[in-house]
Amino acid sequence: MKIDYEELGLKVGLEIHQMLDTRGKLFCDCPTSLRTDNPHFTFLRKLRPTRSELGEMDPAALFEFKKGVSYRYECYEDGVCLVEMDEEPPHDLNREALEVALMIALMLNSVPVDELQVMRKIVIDGSNTTGFQRTALLALGGSINVSGKVIPIQTICLEEDAARRVGEESSKNEVIYRLDRMCIPLIEIATAPVISSPEEAEKVAYKIGQLLRITGRVKRGLGTIRQDLNISIRGGARIEIKGVQELGLISKIVEYEVLRQVRLLRIRDELVKRGVSKGSIREEFIDVTHVFKNTRSKIARRVINKGGIALCVKLPGFVGLLGYELQPGRRLGTEFSDRAKYWANVGGIFHSDELPAYGITEEEVERLKEILSCSKNDAFILIFERREKAIKALKAVVKRAREALDGVPEETRGANPDGTTRFLRPMPGKARMYPETDIKPIRISEELIEKVRAKLPEPPEKKYEKFVKKYKLSEEMARKMIESYHLDLFERIVEELNVSPSIVASFLENTLVNLKREGVPVYNLSDETIYEVFRLLSENTIAKEALPTVVEYLAKNPGISPKKAIIDLGLRSLSKEEVMEIIEKIIKDNMPVIKERRERALGLIMGLVMRRVRGRVDGKIVSELVKKKLGQFLSESERV
Amino acid sequence: MSENMEVNYSDRVRRLFEKYGISLFDKLEIRHKRGGIIRGVILPRPEIGDPDVLILKLDNGYNIGLHIENISSVRIIGHLHSSPLVEVRKQYIKGDKPPVYFLGTGGTIASRIDYKTGAVYPFFTAEEIYSMVPELEDLAFIKAENLLNIFSEDMRQSYWSMIAERVAKIFEREAPKGIVIAHGTDTMGYTAAALAFAVRQLPGPIILVGAQRSSDRPSSDSALNVIAATITALKAPFGESVVVMHGSVSDTFCLVHRGVKVRKCHTSRRDAFRSINDIPLARIDFPDKFNLLNKKIIPRKNDGIILEKDFDSKVALVKFFPGMTEEIIDFLLDKGIHGIVLEGTGLGHVAKTLIKALERAHENEVPVVMTSQCIWGRINMNVYRRGRELLKAGVIPGEDMLPETAFVKLSWVLGKGLGYKEVKRLMLTNIVYEINPRSENRSYPPLWGC
Repeated sequence: MKIDYEELGLKVGLEIHQMLDTRGKLFCDCPTSLRTDNPHFTFLRKLRPTRSELGEMDPAALFEFKKGVSYRYECYEDGVCLVEMDEEPPHDLNREALEVALMIALMLNSVPVDELQVMRKIVIDGSNTTGFQRTALLALGGSINVSGKVIPIQTICLEEDAARRVGEESSKNEVIYRLDRMCIPLIEIATAPVISSPEEAEKVAYKIGQLLRITGRVKRGLGTIRQDLNISIRGGARIEIKGVQELGLISKIVEYEVLRQVRLLRIRDELVKRGVSKGSIREEFIDVTHVFKNTRSKIARRVINKGGIALCVKLPGFVGLLGYELQPGRRLGTEFSDRAKYWANVGGIFHSDELPAYGITEEEVERLKEILSCSKNDAFILIFERREKAIKALKAVVKRAREALDGVPEETRGANPDGTTRFLRPMPGKARMYPETDIKPIRISEELIEKVRAKLPEPPEKKYEKFVKKYKLSEEMARKMIESYHLDLFERIVEELNVSPSIVASFLENTLVNLKREGVPVYNLSDETIYEVFRLLSENTIAKEALPTVVEYLAKNPGISPKKAIIDLGLRSLSKEEVMEIIEKIIKDNMPVIKERRERALGLIMGLVMRRVRGRVDGKIVSELVKKKLGQFLSESERV
Repeated sequence: MSENMEVNYSDRVRRLFEKYGISLFDKLEIRHKRGGIIRGVILPRPEIGDPDVLILKLDNGYNIGLHIENISSVRIIGHLHSSPLVEVRKQYIKGDKPPVYFLGTGGTIASRIDYKTGAVYPFFTAEEIYSMVPELEDLAFIKAENLLNIFSEDMRQSYWSMIAERVAKIFEREAPKGIVIAHGTDTMGYTAAALAFAVRQLPGPIILVGAQRSSDRPSSDSALNVIAATITALKAPFGESVVVMHGSVSDTFCLVHRGVKVRKCHTSRRDAFRSINDIPLARIDFPDKFNLLNKKIIPRKNDGIILEKDFDSKVALVKFFPGMTEEIIDFLLDKGIHGIVLEGTGLGHVAKTLIKALERAHENEVPVVMTSQCIWGRINMNVYRRGRELLKAGVIPGEDMLPETAFVKLSWVLGKGLGYKEVKRLMLTNIVYEINPRSENRSYPPLWGC
């Protein structure tokens, strides 16, 4: 089915969060590296909602607090200080981060504010030790041109990253966060909601990402850029999808979200047609434990044996709709289940469209229908749980079922790896933002702006010209390189090391891609590692033929230095003399063939030599040497 | 809108306000010189920063600063009506919960910020305390009053007297299980010590409590500290003046420190308060476990409170430093100081250059008490010759008293109007465990597990 996105009134806005590659964090001097080694110590906190100026508490915040969750924070002595621990007031805002962010703002033709006021955005899910994220609006307006269409930029903010959620310990009601990421400077770029197709959304994200990388001042690698998507269609609702890390997923997410909204609207229409109203969906929960007295269902037996119950609610007019697919593998029933899990922390629910199954028999289903007096259009939800949890879960289900009559409920969703989305939390109330009184406002003077403007990177067109004229890249490769993720690394290597630009470009754009395709974990390769490999190449310590082997080895053995890799692989370059010795030996060993084939033996000898020296000396040199030696040998043998 | 709220804006900005008839909290549509339109509510300016920069709150909640020179035109499009501060109407009924009395003196814990104006309001009715810490409803029946509203560093002797008097009266009239005093943390230790001397034989503890992170943030330590203070009021077997604050950087337990043996040892951590030369009296593990740690306590008594509330404010606490000369001591004596506490080096030493001035103090019957800038440990002036010289010059060795406690005590002892001999005797006599005859190994915190 071809979807006409314009017809549907699709509107997408992007919010791009990119980590800046600064020496220190935004409000302290801690390093900005992400770590995988074991944390040195932890501490435990609670957060409580503060009342807003209107005397109201954010319902989602209040709910989190009432769950009684504690947050355990993992720290490194050499990576986290009292500022991240919320044990010391923030230091002055990192000037380097401010300049990089300003640079990006200027590149997008955005207008910087004259005074930067850091704000506290209240977030009490534990992802910030303070209970708020520090954020400042740096610039307004601007635009970026994507395939001839002007995409307006709304705001550019400079903010601190949140802590990394690394797990939970449900028995202790603890959520575990690691503080290495918290407070790393982020730039947030929000586009206007003018994007009108899934492909366009991906293109815009790509283009902004490219512009960010051109600065050479942003972090790269998994998790250093995250996109939030705002998606709506006419008659639907604005849905916020959080934390999309993979660029290639954006178009699919948009596509699937449109699908979800279209189908939710279809469900609404069908419910209306069937005469269902919000009032007809009642919070009447019926204890049906007795039906499962001798059940074969394992889950039912386990819960009931532990003193739990089976609880049911009738959903009039919902038959067939609960199993209706909204996104691949996700049905209306899945949405109900997501809500029950969120609000009641239950394992899951059963809906009548999927029964009999899971050990629940036809007879049991029929008994339930009878007890609930379901007519043929009515569906039901069944849950096995402790009583009060079961009630909470079914209340959440009823609420969501009523919302089905509105079509698309507003909510915040999270992206799954396959491009579908799941319920994350209710749409937060109006962002509660207060001035961060611990940080002085910062004047952004004309002098500062001019200083940054003077350091702006070359625009892509200029670079292209340089790549073709000065670096002698093919036009195609030059274009590829401009768009490349590795653009800044390419320029650094070419400018600082004595290596052929086309070798570097081909390595970054072809070799790495091939290795990735073969399943080599190339994401383990840091820029520094690759740079070091090229340094060794520029010093003739390795041959260019050895590049793929060395790099593959490095990717598979993270932590090993390129020097060590060369030793491990026995790939140290051979001197001319050493190569000469090898050639002489091979010629001697193959005398009869050479005498027979004469010049035609060149290919054979070359092959035998290469087998011995591949990757340790440039093939061109080998070929020259073999030709020379073979010629010598032949002319000598003639003379004899 | 009052006149003074515009005060931090420059004359140029105020002229712009006049020209367009702008008032604070008006919603403006501003055309930027470099193109683009900005809509936002005009806010008062903080004191710091450029007075030519207008502060606007945008619809997305962000505040930004816009320089007057970048404004090409302004239009008023609305006004944000100031919402009154929250009125807590809920009525609390006494029921069968034991009473705890709360006294406010100011500081981070007892104030709340009006986010729109940035002004800070005292926040100290029982209803407000309950609404901030709903857990208290299950613990105690709370009565509250706001006695003072000052910064911690503005605390002084006359306020100690005022608080002491009020505390005695509350115990007599209201018979609470304990009195919780909200106090700024900077001088909390001094006030705790002052109350320990000024009101004794108490029917329940006086508990000073504060916050190292302000109560308007979700991560504030204030709620748990208040809960721990309330639990102490209810469950403590002692009737002493104590400080209750976080025991670690985690929100898991609080410690109860004896008022005369506690010191703020860190500028910002929530576990900044440490017992010095003593172990904490008790530990509270959340939600409600009270564990007595120290056997040496002054139990609750019902034999009538002793109130001795006068403090002499002409007392100085002087820290010795290398190269210090007698001038500072002479200056104090010339100004008619009544007593001096010295924070000397090591076991209780100062430079030879000071001895003459100290002899002069002695001749004038101005008591000089020696304490140590080591903070931990006891004064002993018999070990080195300098110590013996100082003793000969009349310096009173302050045993293992904290410098701050010795200062408060001297101020209190002098407040009794006693003669020099009696003052000296009292300074060397333990009154409320400010002097421990034994130095226990465990009272020095093993910091790095070595």
